Amino acid sequence: MIAAILSKPARYAIVSLLASTVVTASPGLAGDIAVRDALGREVVIADTSRTLSIGGAITEVLVALGLEQRITGIDSTSTYPPTAVKDKPNVGYLRQLSAEGVIGLNPTLILAMDSAGPKQTMQAIESAKIPLVLIPEKLTEQGLLDKIRLIGHAMNADASANCLATAVAEDFDQLRQLRAKIDRPLRVMFVMSLVNGQAMAAGRNTAANEIIELSGGVNAIDGYDGYKSINDEAIVAAKPDAVLTIRRSRDTFEADAFYAHPGFALTPAAKNRVFVAMDGLYLLGFGPRTPAAARDVAATLYPQLASQAGDFKPKAASAVCRP
Amino acid sequence: MTVMEIGRRRVARSFRPRSGVTLAVLLVLLLICLALALTVGAAGIPLSRLPAALGLLPAADAGPMAARDQMVLWSIRLPRILTAAIVGSLLAASGALMQGLFRNPLADPALVGVSSGGAFAAASSIVLLDHALGDNLRFLQDHLLPVAAFAGSLVTTIALYRIASRAGRTSIALFLLAGLAIAAIANAGIGVLVYLADDRQLRDITFWMMGSLSGANWAKASSTALVLLIALAVFVKVARHLDLLVLGESEAFHTGVDVERLKRLSIVLVSLMTGVAVSVCGVIGFVGIVVPHLLRLLIGPSHRLLLPASACLGAVMLVAADTVARTIVAPAEMPIGILTAAIGAPFFLVILLRQRKLVGL
Repeated sequence: MIAAILSKPARYAIVSLLASTVVTASPGLAGDIAVRDALGREVVIADTSRTLSIGGAITEVLVALGLEQRITGIDSTSTYPPTAVKDKPNVGYLRQLSAEGVIGLNPTLILAMDSAGPKQTMQAIESAKIPLVLIPEKLTEQGLLDKIRLIGHAMNADASANCLATAVAEDFDQLRQLRAKIDRPLRVMFVMSLVNGQAMAAGRNTAANEIIELSGGVNAIDGYDGYKSINDEAIVAAKPDAVLTIRRSRDTFEADAFYAHPGFALTPAAKNRVFVAMDGLYLLGFGPRTPAAARDVAATLYPQLASQAGDFKPKAASAVCRP
Repeated sequence: MTVMEIGRRRVARSFRPRSGVTLAVLLVLLLICLALALTVGAAGIPLSRLPAALGLLPAADAGPMAARDQMVLWSIRLPRILTAAIVGSLLAASGALMQGLFRNPLADPALVGVSSGGAFAAASSIVLLDHALGDNLRFLQDHLLPVAAFAGSLVTTIALYRIASRAGRTSIALFLLAGLAIAAIANAGIGVLVYLADDRQLRDITFWMMGSLSGANWAKASSTALVLLIALAVFVKVARHLDLLVLGESEAFHTGVDVERLKRLSIVLVSLMTGVAVSVCGVIGFVGIVVPHLLRLLIGPSHRLLLPASACLGAVMLVAADTVARTIVAPAEMPIGILTAAIGAPFFLVILLRQRKLVGL
């Protein structure tokens, strides 16, 4: 709220500044691009030279499309690829953006996940008349391909985006073939955090749920939506064969914490010591690396598939889709 | 005129229940509550399989599910129920003790910022663990949060005590007011942490602040039990002195009570009890204020009966609330603090309204 108030003078300054650039760019020229964003609004984009990327997956796509020169700033969830993001100005966490911080970078286009916020900041950005494209977060294969094409279209890089989307689609095909070799899907529980013995596990309609299914597993929790505190006895009743979590720093220690937990200790996962910890953005980001992340999970869950998983060379990583 | 004094007068001219009978009734109530809690849970052990799960049947008659039932019961459900009972005792008894000490029926460890101090330290540890500094403390991971919560409560209480005491005398009014200020500071600190936290830490802090007995185990049950035993032993020593304190500090002093020593002992004990409870299960409000209040109306204000009876009824209340919390939205879990506040706060309001005329408000 304070940010919104403070930014008022800044907003006027930027608006007048933009007004002058708009005159020179004169709207309606052939160079303008119209995209329909997550809210169904039509956003007209005239200039992509200073693009602010709010969301780890968006940044990854932009870099894969060879557009890192046009990224004028990122948010704190944009951690990959490290070489491309380390020198970019950072506007903070995507749900706690400050209007002044965002507008102060003088972006000509903002690409943001539709979860970006807070509301006041988004309103301030809109009233500053900076083109803002909210990218829908659909946690499906098709949703990911659409996301890549939408970002590409907004950046006037449709050809590169089609190239990347094709590569990612091929990776999903390879992943599908890998999944077909799984005879008995494992029950996997994704645990967001384990604080003071209290576990928070992913239910349906979560990125974690999708990644479990993409890697040929079954989410052990189907009793609720989203990430919630789970009952210790329900952990036992869910009978997970494996625990999947986000890597912090020392994996072995985390694994021990799970095996020592009264609920997890009684599960097949603890008996067989199947524990997978991965980088958060890689695992849950739903960017171009998602098929590779699912492959890595599958290779750990199903050791018999490890050699075939090794043959799976993600095309998205090597595809040359730069203009 | 405080509620306690009214209670005293009312009880003085009416039937005063014998302490043995009252405690026996409360203990039976507690046993019934524990038995009911034992029979429900997300892993579902029907009554027919309960004897086998408890190990009361010989292995041959136990049935195919006995091994799993036994593990769920002994390593999850039983320690959790016992922890709930002990934490409930600690919360209610520390409330009763603090109210006796302050001669104010509204005193509560949560009110004077002891819980908030503990909560702030715990929230710090959640955010800290994800930072570079946290990597060096990672060996402490399992213990950092409870230790931080306890240390936070203790530091808050000591700071309060320092502020409130001058030249060997402790001002209770200053203690209460400084407590309100410290609670506000701690809450501001929690606000800063909430602002700094990312999505996952935010969920962790919010859920933790609402309290939960999830992750209770035998180690937690036994360490809290030890604190409860210490507290009960101290109660025997201080109960009569607290009764005399109702007369006023100088009056109590003239009847031979070492008032300053009584205050010190009580404050350390309250912070120990609250700190341990907060460290085990987060912030659970209203048990410490409702239970002693209710009991004072039922059995009168004598601390010799009030302190152990509060411990008993607090256990009953928390075991019941936890049973609801862990079953009502299974397989997920409802934070218990929501339940105690939802039941306790309106109840507290009703007591206040009924007493309004009597307390002169």
